[in-house]
Amino acid sequence: MRDVILFSLIVAAGTGGELCVSRAMKVVGEAKSFRPAEVVKLILRALRVPWMWLGVGMMAVAFFALLGALSFYNVSFVVPVTALSYVAGAFGGVAFLREHVSPRRWLGVLLVAVGVTLVFLGQS
Amino acid sequence: MTASKALHLKTYFMIAVMVVAGPLGNVLLAKGMKHSGDLAIWPPLALFHTALNVFALGSIWLGVASLITFFVAYMLVLSWADYSFVQPASSLAYGVVALLGYLMLGEQVSPLRWAGIAVICIGVFVVGRTDPRTTRHETAGQEAAEQA
Repeated sequence: MRDVILFSLIVAAGTGGELCVSRAMKVVGEAKSFRPAEVVKLILRALRVPWMWLGVGMMAVAFFALLGALSFYNVSFVVPVTALSYVAGAFGGVAFLREHVSPRRWLGVLLVAVGVTLVFLGQS
Repeated sequence: MTASKALHLKTYFMIAVMVVAGPLGNVLLAKGMKHSGDLAIWPPLALFHTALNVFALGSIWLGVASLITFFVAYMLVLSWADYSFVQPASSLAYGVVALLGYLMLGEQVSPLRWAGIAVICIGVFVVGRTDPRTTRHETAGQEAAEQA
């Protein structure tokens, strides 16, 4: 039960956070240069977008769940299992956003699921 | 053409930073958490002590710094490149994390787990190479007008 909660938090909060950050960065606009002053300005601009705060909050939740999982398991087990976010994302897209997931994407999702199963089976 | 070449170059550079810094951060966190001892989260005072113990570890802070590097590279690349382009490229990170876990922490990675990680990388790659927009969009012109 503890493991289910930890991995669900890592997957759900992590993916949600990434999507929010991705959305925020589209609002902020392209980074024109990598000079430190420019990067800082870009980050400050990003912090004015509410999506960024929501995204960072969700990523923080995922981070602490990750720390918890890493205290129980090897990193070479924990991180591959978090790839389940692709499976969750495909089903979530169909269920909540009514996306039409192409056969090719289902193939990729199936491969990820098979890979995570192998990682579980290979836990020695 | 040179502008597009430069765009490709900085995109690949940022993805390379992501693929190294992200897994390195995770492995450093793992290194820290292996020495963190008992993780009590209740009562709140115990949670406070646990947090103090965890954040007193140098490798946790190095891991956090590495993940921040990853995060900044990720933010920068997403400001010009599509999520659906960045995602398949970053599938390499799953292999890198297992490799670093093996090299830096001496984790035993069984052949079956290596196989699983390889299949995950291929799967993530295939997911990312699909059409990023799967919902029908009939108001593209309207959206462009709204942005203008």
